[in-house]
Amino acid sequence: MPETVADTHESGVARIFAAIRLPVGDPFALAGLVIYAVFIVTAICAPYIAPYDPSEILYTADYDLASDLPPGAKGHLLGTTSLGRDIFSQIVWGARSALLVGFTAAFMVAFIGSIVGLLAGYFGGWVDAVLMRLADVAFGIPFLPFVIVISAFSEPSIWNTVIAMGLVLWRDTGRVIRSQVLSLRSRGYVEAARVVGSSDLKIILRHITPNILPLSFLYGSIAIGWAILTEASISFLGFGDPDAISWGFMLQDAFASQALARQAYYWFIPPGLAIILVVSAGFFISRGYENLLFPKLGR
Amino acid sequence: MSDPIIELKDTKLHYKIGNAVSAMMGLSTTVKAVDGVSFSLRKGESVGLLGESGCGKTSMGRILVRLEEITGGSARFEGDEIGDLKGSDLQRFRSRSQMIFQNPFDAVNPRYSIRKTLEEPLANAKISRSTWHQRIIDALDLVGLGDPEQFLERYPHQLSGGQLQRVVMARALILEPDFVVADEPVSMLDVSVRAGVLNVFRDVRDRLGLTAIYISHDLALVRYVCERTIVMYLGKIMEDGPTEDIVHDPLHPYSQALVAAVPTPHVDQSHDPLPIGGGAPDPRNPPSGCVFRDRCPRAQLRCADEVPQPRRIGTRLVACHFASV
Amino acid sequence: MDAPLLSVKDVSIAYKVGALDIVAVSNARFDVPQGSIVGLVGESGCGKTTMARALTRVIADNARIKAGQMQFAGQDIVSLSEKDMNSLRWRDIAFIPQSAMNSLDPVYRVEYQIVEVLRDRGGLSKSAARKRAVELFEMVGIDPGRLRDFPHQFSGGMRQRAAIALALALEPKLVVADEPVTALDVIIQRQILDQLRSLQRELGLSVIMVTHDISVVAYICDRTVVMYAGKVVEDCDTATLLNEPLHPYTMGLKNAFPDLHSAGTGILTPIAGSPPDLANPPPGCRFAARCPFATDQCRVEEPMLTEDAPGHFVACHRAVEAAALREEAKQPGTWGTAA
Repeated sequence: MPETVADTHESGVARIFAAIRLPVGDPFALAGLVIYAVFIVTAICAPYIAPYDPSEILYTADYDLASDLPPGAKGHLLGTTSLGRDIFSQIVWGARSALLVGFTAAFMVAFIGSIVGLLAGYFGGWVDAVLMRLADVAFGIPFLPFVIVISAFSEPSIWNTVIAMGLVLWRDTGRVIRSQVLSLRSRGYVEAARVVGSSDLKIILRHITPNILPLSFLYGSIAIGWAILTEASISFLGFGDPDAISWGFMLQDAFASQALARQAYYWFIPPGLAIILVVSAGFFISRGYENLLFPKLGR
Repeated sequence: MSDPIIELKDTKLHYKIGNAVSAMMGLSTTVKAVDGVSFSLRKGESVGLLGESGCGKTSMGRILVRLEEITGGSARFEGDEIGDLKGSDLQRFRSRSQMIFQNPFDAVNPRYSIRKTLEEPLANAKISRSTWHQRIIDALDLVGLGDPEQFLERYPHQLSGGQLQRVVMARALILEPDFVVADEPVSMLDVSVRAGVLNVFRDVRDRLGLTAIYISHDLALVRYVCERTIVMYLGKIMEDGPTEDIVHDPLHPYSQALVAAVPTPHVDQSHDPLPIGGGAPDPRNPPSGCVFRDRCPRAQLRCADEVPQPRRIGTRLVACHFASV
Repeated sequence: MDAPLLSVKDVSIAYKVGALDIVAVSNARFDVPQGSIVGLVGESGCGKTTMARALTRVIADNARIKAGQMQFAGQDIVSLSEKDMNSLRWRDIAFIPQSAMNSLDPVYRVEYQIVEVLRDRGGLSKSAARKRAVELFEMVGIDPGRLRDFPHQFSGGMRQRAAIALALALEPKLVVADEPVTALDVIIQRQILDQLRSLQRELGLSVIMVTHDISVVAYICDRTVVMYAGKVVEDCDTATLLNEPLHPYTMGLKNAFPDLHSAGTGILTPIAGSPPDLANPPPGCRFAARCPFATDQCRVEEPMLTEDAPGHFVACHRAVEAAALREEAKQPGTWGTAA
């Protein structure tokens, strides 16, 4: 037993991994992690994987518009759109925007929520009162309309979703982390640290934060799925950035071009599937975290 | 007589609880955890705070290491109001006034090695890093952990309760404090190792000339480590005096019940029914007058009207209208 | 002498933890005479709670009674079918847990819970069960007016009394109490012990009292069984155990206990070291590593539990020298100074 303990506390990297505690034990979570790995690699290597520029209008060898080609035809793996764009390349580049939106939004939600939760829970009093009333306000904001309003007031951009999520969705993370901090604050070792003269900052960073990190990651991983779905909804509703290729934009494009009526399944199924896969992968991972954090729920 | 190191005057710690509904139902929304307590400690004195759960003994201890801020009266450490300490004064207080916690398994960060646990106070007190190792070794040695080197890189779950409680003591003592509060330090430990921790406590206290408060519900343990005992009930002091006097001739009816209730490891002990019945009342609604009167076998009308003030009877202070030698 | 109400013979109970088999109780043997209170004492992890719970066959999922018999009123508890055991539980053998909160459901009124037990297990009618509930509350010293309360409205002492009332509801022959007063304050502890004792006398019950406190044993128990590291090391009437112990562990425990009514405070002596790892117990006597009197024989050959004097069982190779060892054990220097 002593050996394993020494391992988990040895190097800084090992310690971070021990703190994050990737839920590899759970088969669903493992599947989620694999899906994530594939999409992350795809997103990073998009320029090398995608055969065409996703917004380039393509022509066939005989100078016809390469429009509405079915999968496999003329070297287009998933076919082309009505405007002659390569669907496979769009999916690949769409992964990039999806993951960009997902991860930045998740980071903002986890980061802001954790800070709010730590401050409110640790200091209590008026700090707690102010932050929690702000959370109540955030709970009162209908999320999707809020994103639409933000998009309407600013330039259409995928970052609108990220900003809106950062402004609104920290509330859940903040509340949960606050209650966790409240119970940690009364733990003997936290009180002992106060008695031996450790500053509040030191206590928060060294005694409390390591215990709430897995919770932050849980809420972060939930936020990834939320962000991708939100971005897709916004794009589908037409408030998205027309220059950024995203899966939501692809669905909107397909819908506007009446691909459904023409039974061009090859156009809207791939982006739909991609969204479902990545979003459910996110939830699988968060479920894995839940089982790690609250082992009894699993049984 | 030298100046007291600890001085409490009419100290109060009241919590606000409940809400408008409970207020309407006639339940007071204030819990008086500590309600007008006065006593002082001379340097080097050891005092037991004795009482049942909810009597305010733990709150009392927490006030003295500033884990709790008083809501009335005064609580002074060497003449300075503890709640008003700031900046470097507070930092100095933190290194001079320490606490030994009840549950050793909770009182150390499970992610910290023993070395790291003991380094925390040294770092806070800005002790020169080159001396850390020696001081840690000395502190572990002081609390009777033989061959201290072997413990440094271990983690809390690799230690037994008795060993861990010694580490907690070492952390409290490493800055050589003047004053220590021990909050039921052996109640979580197994019987066979309790005696060891108690002996270390007694030994270290004598060796360092510590002023100490030992919080417990067990008079037998208090008797073992403290020459003076303060008996508390519902936030108030009932009796305060030399431990041996209280053990052999308790004057307050509550102390009498406490002494009679402690079983002893002999078969031929008294099985007489206790002089008092019932349990401690709801701390939100204590009785008027003397807080103990509804359980007291000697209570009279006067006890409901008039709060008994502590009176000096021989070596002791007793808060009872009718106590006498 | 009458046949004992309960006779535990060579019982072993193991927990499966991963690939390890941890034998928490091994070859336990003791009797509970009719109408007596028997204390089961030892430190945490000595197997006393596991042993006590096994008597109701309510043990953890990963625990198993591996061997032995528990003869109770002519039947062997170990080999009873689950159905027969079920009818024995509560009706003949009742359990009082350490925290009464565990036996009371927070969402139902206390009266409802007692009445349900009486109707369900005792076959009483609703009105008869109500009447009996009032009787039970009076018996354990709670105002029957409080029957309509929810458990959280009770103080700790009242909850423990209610748990006793619940255990006594069907007039069991044997009550197994697992540290019933450990979490309580001294005054309430004393009240509960007095209550338990007078009920035991009145109803002719037998009680098994699990505790780590030899003062509690001294106060209430007729006989005492001392356990160490899963083994019964000494078993005799309480007076003899406290005055003339034969096992060095019992002698050590006595030294470690403060005594409020002694003339002076004296000096308490700890038992150095800690109990062995039950996943890998040492050969020989399990106490040998901490025993100041251990010989080479103790370290290799396991002492059997034998009847040294009528009714006095001990598992120690040096039991014959006990009188001399007792004198030596009183010297603090004997017990070393380690953690």
